[in-house]
Amino acid sequence: MAEPFLIGDAMTGGYGGADILHGCTIAVEKGEIAVIVGPNGAGKSTAMKAVFGMLNLRAGQVRLAGVDITALSPQDRVAQGMAFVPQTANIFTSMTVEENLEMGAFLRRDDISGTMAQVYDLFPILKEKRRQPAGELSGGQRQQVAVGRALMTRPQVLMLDEPTAGVSPIVMDELFDRIIEVARTGISILMVEQNARQALEIADKGYVLVQGANRFTDTGKALMADPEVRRSFLGG
Amino acid sequence: MNGRNFMLFALVGLLFAVTGFLQSWNLSLSILQMALVSAIMALGVNIQWGYAGLFNVGVMGFAALGGLAVVLTASAPEPEAWRAGGPGILLALVLGAVTVTAAVQVYKRMAPGLARMVLLLGVLIGGFFLFRAVLDPNVAAVEAINPSVSGNLGGLGLPVVLAWPAGGLLAAAAAWVIGKTALGLRSDYLAIATLGIAEIVIAVMKNEDWLARGVKNVIGLPRPVPYEVNLQRDPGFLDWAQGWGFDPVTASSVLVKLSYCGLFLVVLLAIVWLSEMALRSPWGRMMRAIRDNEVAAEAMGKDVTRRHLQIFILGSAVIGIAGAMMTTLDGQLTPGTYQPLRFTFLIWVMVIVGGSGNNWGAVLGGFLIWWLWVMVEPLGLALIAGITSGMAEGSWLKSHLQDASAHMRLLTMGVILLLVLRFSPRGLIPEK
Amino acid sequence: MDLLNALVAFLNFVVVPATAYGAQLALGALGVTLIYGILRFSNFAHGDTMALGTTAAILMTWGLQAAGISFGPLPTALLALPFAIAVTALVVLGTDRVVYRFYRKRKVSPSILVIVSLGVMFVMNGVTRFIIGVQDQSFADGERFLVTARGFRDATGLAEGLAIRTTQVVTVVVAVIAVALLFWFLNRTRTGKSMRAYSDNEDLALLSGINPERVVAVTWIITAALATTAGVLYGLDKSFNPFTYFQLLLPIFASAIVGGLGNPLGAIVGGFVIAFSEVTVTYAWKKVLTYILPDSLAPTELVQLMSTDYKFAVSFAILILVLLFMPTGLFKGKSV
Repeated sequence: MAEPFLIGDAMTGGYGGADILHGCTIAVEKGEIAVIVGPNGAGKSTAMKAVFGMLNLRAGQVRLAGVDITALSPQDRVAQGMAFVPQTANIFTSMTVEENLEMGAFLRRDDISGTMAQVYDLFPILKEKRRQPAGELSGGQRQQVAVGRALMTRPQVLMLDEPTAGVSPIVMDELFDRIIEVARTGISILMVEQNARQALEIADKGYVLVQGANRFTDTGKALMADPEVRRSFLGG
Repeated sequence: MNGRNFMLFALVGLLFAVTGFLQSWNLSLSILQMALVSAIMALGVNIQWGYAGLFNVGVMGFAALGGLAVVLTASAPEPEAWRAGGPGILLALVLGAVTVTAAVQVYKRMAPGLARMVLLLGVLIGGFFLFRAVLDPNVAAVEAINPSVSGNLGGLGLPVVLAWPAGGLLAAAAAWVIGKTALGLRSDYLAIATLGIAEIVIAVMKNEDWLARGVKNVIGLPRPVPYEVNLQRDPGFLDWAQGWGFDPVTASSVLVKLSYCGLFLVVLLAIVWLSEMALRSPWGRMMRAIRDNEVAAEAMGKDVTRRHLQIFILGSAVIGIAGAMMTTLDGQLTPGTYQPLRFTFLIWVMVIVGGSGNNWGAVLGGFLIWWLWVMVEPLGLALIAGITSGMAEGSWLKSHLQDASAHMRLLTMGVILLLVLRFSPRGLIPEK
Repeated sequence: MDLLNALVAFLNFVVVPATAYGAQLALGALGVTLIYGILRFSNFAHGDTMALGTTAAILMTWGLQAAGISFGPLPTALLALPFAIAVTALVVLGTDRVVYRFYRKRKVSPSILVIVSLGVMFVMNGVTRFIIGVQDQSFADGERFLVTARGFRDATGLAEGLAIRTTQVVTVVVAVIAVALLFWFLNRTRTGKSMRAYSDNEDLALLSGINPERVVAVTWIITAALATTAGVLYGLDKSFNPFTYFQLLLPIFASAIVGGLGNPLGAIVGGFVIAFSEVTVTYAWKKVLTYILPDSLAPTELVQLMSTDYKFAVSFAILILVLLFMPTGLFKGKSV
């Protein structure tokens, strides 16, 4: 198998204390959706943060398009085409929707109006509310702002930490539809999800983590079909 | 106390000894007197900041209240003034307190809404005018009596040493009011609130002449120790001085200062002992637990705000005691001389340099920084004299530098504070 | 009843001075609030930054005056202002480099930064006194009045005069220009928006590639400009004295907190709230009331709610009330 577009290879490390990840591997192909699921405390978000460089790895590597980026800071990874949407506090609440998008494109010096138009096409409601402070929007709309802000750098990889936390099921379905659309434009998606069943449905690749290590890795469909995965992680 | 700390104290002691040998023991002892008082103030701040992380920048106000207590406790009563307006002023103060209490009760008991707002404003505005209506004529009556020497209500005529605990009580009462309102808010807000209350205390003391003569000052406060002139007339003392071969004038002055130092040292040691006991008690451990992790302590069912109020009052009381001691030492109350840089922020430099959270550190900081505060000025003058010695006499720069050297002490204190914060943030004697 | 004269007296003794004072407080509070929003601590050295900036402006003014340069009817100090701002900006940037940056890298708690700012306050206070001494300095020159009381009386035929000093008008005009520039900068420029973003959500700002050191540097420069402007305007309107400037810390902080710390709009509103309350409460209303009330009810006393020496008490009382009932201020500030 050829090298995946982005891979966190055999990552081991934690936040200074005991290791949380133990040889965990996460990868995503170009234009595909990879989903990390698992029980609480399995190190899902930690694995994602490790890929983004938010914690120091004791062992293992992160490679983007075959280049070792393990030593890069998160900011430098943004410049390399990675974008990250944190789980909480992922928008500038006091700024308007449009300013949020502008800040997302802060590193870009070229004309950003085209990208902004694409984001507005993807999330039409944001265009309507573009002069409104983002903090006044509903939960689902805020997540759209957060994803939109991340897309403004025209990333090759979009990383989402529990994008559907705290939103209603209808909003969740809509968000997943948008995420699929984003993937179709050739952007790789790596996301952590609590709603394992729905997330695996749209996933090209699924990772089930337990205690900081890979337990099951397969296509989303295969994982959904696996009786053991169903029993242990999807509630039957 | 371990060897290193003992060495530090010995070094600071050496500074005082050198001052005594090279300049005069009179100077050294007068620095020591205020150093002892400053050390007690630093202990008060350390109790609040070191034990509980409370940021009090109103030290000046509490010290001034201590000074006010000296006038109210120890100066001679003015019966005529009391007859003229004493009861009226007391009534006005009671009315003021009733107004505030009523307003608080209205706010607490009524449901939010327009009615509460209107009633609240009514109580406050009505109460204010009533207060002023009762207060103003009585104040005028009191201030009219013998204005050139008194014009105030005078004190209780009690022994001056009693003014020290009284100063503590007065400061504690003020701390209770401030604590009730400002504790529980964010830490910077407490800082601003205490900064404000200190300015208000000084404003009251400057303007309310009936209380302590305002900027006309109260002088000639009684002393807990003998007067130099009396000693110099006392045959027993003269014999004693002659027997040792001392000059009676110097000897009397040194003896008075030594007596003050002795008294202050007793108070200082008592407060250090009490604070150390408190710090080692379960209460002290709880305090530090709260300081280190307020959220966890709250989750364990500790009433953090209440504990903070306790410690805020205790620390302020200690500062009030020191303030009363200082006014006793001066023998006069001069509200115009209270300045935040000297009375609030300098004490903070003492605590930080000495080592916050450690009582001995605060004491050491008090001694060291006060010595520096006094000595930096002559040292600065000498330095400037050295620098300017090559310059032409009467040149503009030379005279400017000579004038300006008086301001070296603020600069020095700032630099010391910044250096300690940067290179030894836990202070000279760190918390254990 | 003489409403017209009452109104003129009210304008003359309350509205005009309070507006000028409010503008000065607002500029000061803006500096405090920006530092709080970006660097996340209460800067106790702000009053002394104002004093230092004003000192630079006074020295430059003297230099200009000595060179025979004047600004016509306007105070020469306005010509000196850009120079003074530049000097102050260099000083605060240097202070940040030498002092604050070390603590920022270590992410120390805000109270440590406040104590550090106490140290800076001492140093700046000492330097100011060292340079210019502790005496009052008046450095206003040019035309003293825009409208004189006599001129107003002659023109209107009213008994009450209205005097508007040049410095008061200059204060308001300069403050309006400064605030307009600030808001244009914060809302319309890339750097300004990045400052707001950093203040709003530091982590996300970093994720967006915003350079924190640059944001901090720009913030210090703007703060230096605001503090120097506020200090020069206050000094022109009243007089300069290092200790008075240090004492301005209280009303300035009160303004910033009342408006909501970290909120620039709130700082401006807070400045005027504090200024108008101070002037209203400490003004002797006898004159105005004598015009309004019938003769039988005319007051014989000053009708002053509080003596002028209690102006701090006014800022303080408003501060406490707002804190108790609206802990984040009139406009929502940060509650970190």
